[in-house]
Parts: sequence; structure tokens; C-alpha cells
Amino acid sequence: MSILVNKNTKVITQGITGATGLFHAQGARDYGTLMVGGITPGKGGTTIDGFPVFNTVADAVKNTGATASVIYVPPPYAADAIMEAVDAGIELVCCITEGIPVLDMVKVKQYMQGKNTRLIGPNCPGIITPGECKIGIMPGYIHKPGKVGVVSRSGTLTYEAVWQLTSLGIGQSTCVGIGGDPVNGTSHVDALRLFQEDPNTEAVIMIGEIGGSAEEEAAYFVKEHMTKPVAAFIAGRTAPPGKRMGHAGAIISGGKGTAAEKVAVLEECGISVAASPAEMAQALLKIYKP
Amino acid sequence: MNIHEYQAKGILRRFGVAVPDGHVGYNSASAREWAKRLGDGPWVVKAQIHAGGRGKGGGVKLARTPDEVRDIAREMIGMTLVTHQTGPEGKLVRRVLVEKGCNIARELYVSLLVDRSTSKVTLMASTEGGMDIEEVAEKTPEKIFMEAIDPLVGLTSFQCRKIAFSLGLEGKLTNKAVHLLEGLYTTFIACDCSMLEINPLVVTAEGDLMALDAKFGFDDNALFRHPKLNDLRDYDEEDSNETEASQYDLSYISLHGNIGCLVNGAGLAMATMDIIKHYGGDPANFLDVGGGATIERVTEAFKIILSDKNVKGILVNIFGGIMKCDVIATGVVAAAKQVGIKVPLVVRLEGTNVDKGKQILAESGLNIVSADGMADGAQKIVQAVAAC
Repeated sequence: MSILVNKNTKVITQGITGATGLFHAQGARDYGTLMVGGITPGKGGTTIDGFPVFNTVADAVKNTGATASVIYVPPPYAADAIMEAVDAGIELVCCITEGIPVLDMVKVKQYMQGKNTRLIGPNCPGIITPGECKIGIMPGYIHKPGKVGVVSRSGTLTYEAVWQLTSLGIGQSTCVGIGGDPVNGTSHVDALRLFQEDPNTEAVIMIGEIGGSAEEEAAYFVKEHMTKPVAAFIAGRTAPPGKRMGHAGAIISGGKGTAAEKVAVLEECGISVAASPAEMAQALLKIYKP
Repeated sequence: MNIHEYQAKGILRRFGVAVPDGHVGYNSASAREWAKRLGDGPWVVKAQIHAGGRGKGGGVKLARTPDEVRDIAREMIGMTLVTHQTGPEGKLVRRVLVEKGCNIARELYVSLLVDRSTSKVTLMASTEGGMDIEEVAEKTPEKIFMEAIDPLVGLTSFQCRKIAFSLGLEGKLTNKAVHLLEGLYTTFIACDCSMLEINPLVVTAEGDLMALDAKFGFDDNALFRHPKLNDLRDYDEEDSNETEASQYDLSYISLHGNIGCLVNGAGLAMATMDIIKHYGGDPANFLDVGGGATIERVTEAFKIILSDKNVKGILVNIFGGIMKCDVIATGVVAAAKQVGIKVPLVVRLEGTNVDKGKQILAESGLNIVSADGMADGAQKIVQAVAAC
């Protein structure tokens, strides 16, 4: 009952000997995720807190059978880390790193053309299938297994939505944080398509924000291809134009990418849009009975 | 990060992109001196501020003699220039660019930007130079030409020629355009730009092609590999609170309202502003303390919020994930005591160790209003500020 990851997904951590990488690898293991090892170039052959460490992603894949990786490598080296994972044939790469130069990501996207890897992020909290597999930095306990998919550009705002659902007793199939950068691996549309195809997802909450047109594209996709109910929230109604609101991608430029514009398109496409961030779960309940 | 026009043109010149001869002047005497050194007039004197629309606001003027350059510079330096991009308070002019005038035959537009939908750098050009390009795109999209650039190959000559012909450039101008566009792309990549706009790009009566104005957008995430670009920063042009905040890794944007916000996460921070507005309040700022907020950072955040004299109340909205609520609560209490908060303070905590966090706030002896959920927090702070 999920997309992309489940209880059988074997995960390796790129940058496992760093404080952040190790902390979250331990957290994911405690949650029950099959965390099978990690990579730190130059430290291959050692172990850290029970995790075998490898020099390269290829070595790690060969020795552990991992099909997913999570990246906690600092921004200057993160693009290279993604490409290494792609080269090693990893199916799902989840890049948590915030602050990767956009031109590095432009190259990564081109490099990934024709390859079979799906990238989630960068600059995202990760992906979780509640009760089965947690890859990333989200607090596991706020989630509850169930049938609502969540896809979002923001980390803490995803927690907010998940918490609203869980507090009402509504569980989640999978929650995907696609990240706040202008150039990223998985889009809202990609995630929605996966949720539509997943027999165990019954409805979706999509959380967007100002900047770009990914939410509009998602709205048209919902209208044309989705039979499952979708609710949404767009952050940044009060954001001034021309200012980058924390996320590299959250900027209204040339009068484009405003929240009002996005909300109008979303509503036009039959999506239930929450008027306030405190009403994301209620917005879904207006069109979906669990 | 933004830079001035004269700095932008200096960078372009280094990469072989044709720009008019010119020099920056910090006072009227040096402006006059530079005019003489640049050779025969006329000259254009341009106020240097980080905002567009300067021409309409009286920030771009033509001078026939060096003395006239001096007089115009004297008038401009020290004046507050108001344009549609500065807001009603305007910006103080501290320097001018003195530039050789040119005989404009045609005004064109070119820019490079990272196109989010294709994940590629895209070259965009238009025959409608000097205009607002968004307006052109909306009203006459057929006058805009685009080429998506393969990042592994770079901008090719044939793409440049396609653009040149689309712009109606002929003869020697075609090769000049190819050279100029290639120079722009080299600049864009070498400086890790997010946007580079030449508006207008002019064809002169003498048959030259020149960037008459230049606007750079740099990718903040890539500044670490361009330490020299940082030297071009003009702190006078930046909001002092925003600069201060960036030194503590806080993401802060000042707004015009009276309710200060302290939040973890960019999306939640935006949503917090939205919900304040939803309940009839007006946010004073965007502030993301990030995931690893320490007591020191929370204290700094409070100081920055309170240095805005409009702030009549503060809403703290934390969804503790990895960040534990008791740690945040301890930080809030320590900061409140150190900074001495005299305005109403509403704190909404959720997530890991929330009960411990609320207990710390309750036992602090401080006048902190605790909120359950975002809606409750927003309503409470809006009411508290309205009651002031």
C-alpha cells in the first residue's frame, strides 16, 4: 500500500560517516527501514554503528543489494553523489542536501536522461511509507499507515498536513517531499501519477508554494488523468514579488508564480484548496470519505 | 545577491560582450573627469541603485558637455530615487555611471535563465527591446524566440544564428550577434547566474551591437565558488536586518506588517504569514530559523524581529521533527529573558516532546500565550495585537 518504497526496500546512506548522515541513518533503522550500509570515500571496509561503509556506491550495491540511496553529502559534492548513484544503477535516489547550485542540478538532470533512476529532491525531507520504510529526516511518529498520499515542496508544512490527518485518524499510504529547489528530480505530476496508479492510495493532498508552474501543471494532470480526489494548499499568498522565500524555488518573478494564480487554476481543475494551512485535512474531507 | 549596472557591464566586458565605454563616479567632480577621459560626448549619466525603472524616475539623463555631466551628477548623487521597483520610500543614489552615448537604430532584448519546466538554461530573445518582457510575452508571444541549451554541449553557433535571424539581424551583424550571445552564455556559466538580462540590446547607427543595460541574478547557492563576486555586494542597497540574519543562517525577509513570525521551515514560515493574514492580521516578516536552531540562533532571531519598530506582537510556530520542542522552548525562554520582549508573544509548539516544551514555557514565569495548532496561534496573536 504505497509508492516507491516499502518494507522490502534496502537503503544505503551516502555520507554516512558525517554527523547528519549517521544520525538519520540510525533514526531510519530505528523506524524499521532496511538500512544496509553507507558510503564515505576513503572509509571503505570500516563499519560505523553496525553499518558497513563502502568507498563507492557501486561497491555498496554489489555487497548489499541496495536499490535506494539517501544523500547527506554537503552541497558542493552532492550533484556528484547523485550521479554516482545513478551510475551504480540505484532505482531511487533521495537527496536531502539543501543548497546545491542550480547549474549543477541542470547537469544532473541531463545526465539522468535515459537512465532508470528516479530522483527525489534535492532540498527535501525525503519519502516515507508509514510503518514500513522511512528515508529522510521526517519525524516517523507523526505518521500513520493508511490510504492518503501526500506530496509536497516543503518539509515542515508536510509534517503539518500529515499531523492533521493522523490527528483525525486518517493514515497515509506514502508521503513524498519533492523539495523546494527550482530544478528537481520528481515533480508534483510524477508523484500524482504514481498515486493514481497505486491501488492502495485513495486520495491525495498536494502542498505547493509560490514560484514556477509545477502546481498548475499538476492541476491539469489531475483534471485529465486522475480519478482520485485531490486536496491542496499553496503557501505564500502573502509573499512579496521578487523575494526568495527561503526555498531557492520560492520566488514570484515577473508577476508569475503567485499563489492566487495557482489557487485559481487548482480550483478550476476540481481540486479542493485549503483556505488556510490549518485546514489541509478538512479540505480533503470535503471531497473524500475515508 | 544583486549588483549595480556598472559592475554588471564590467563583468560583461571581461567576457568580450560589447558594452558602451563608461565609468562609475562617486561625486560630481569625478563624474566630470570621467566624461572627459571617455572622449567626445554626448554622455549618459545613470543613477546606480539596485532597482529597475530608473529612466522614468529621473535616474537616467543625457549630457552634452562635461560640465553638464557634473551638474547632473551633483543633482543625482544624494537624491532619493523612486521607481516602480523601489517602493514609495525610494532609494538613495550614492553613485552614478557616466557612459558614452550611442546612436540607437534598434532596440532588442536577450536574456538567459534557468527554465524550470525543461531544467535547462534557455536563451530568450525578442525584437521588442526596452519593453517589459512579461508584457510582450503575454500580448505578442510570437515576438519572443527561445532556444533551450544542452548543458553538456553548451550554446551552439547555429542556435545563436537562429536567434540572430529571428531578430532580423543581417550581414555583419549576424556574426556580431553570435559572438555576443556566446559571450553572454560563457558569462552566465562562469558566474553561476540564475538570470542574465540585456534590455535593451541595441543596434547602433554605425552597425554595432551593444548591451545598453545589464541585469544579473546570481545563484546564492553557488556563491561559495565565486568569492570575488561577494566583493561586488553593496550593503547600502540591502536591508540591514536581512544581511544580519544571513550571517546567522537565518532566512529573513522584512515585510510591512506588525506581527513578527519565527518559524522552522520555509514552507511553514510562508504558511504562517498566510494564516496571520487569513485571520485579519498583517505579518511583519518571513523568518525561517532552519532545522538546527540553537538557543543562540533563536535569540538572534528575536533580536532581528524586535529591531523592526512596527512589530506589535510575535508568533512563534514550530513543528518539531528532529528539532525537539523542549529544546526550542528553552531557547525561546532564554531569548525572551535576554532580549526582554515587551510585546505579546504567542507560541505554538507541535511535534517531538511537545508536552515538555509547553511545560517549560508555562513554568518560565514569562507572559507567553500557548497555542494549540496554527489556527489558534494566529487568532490569538491577531487578537492580542488588535487589543494593543
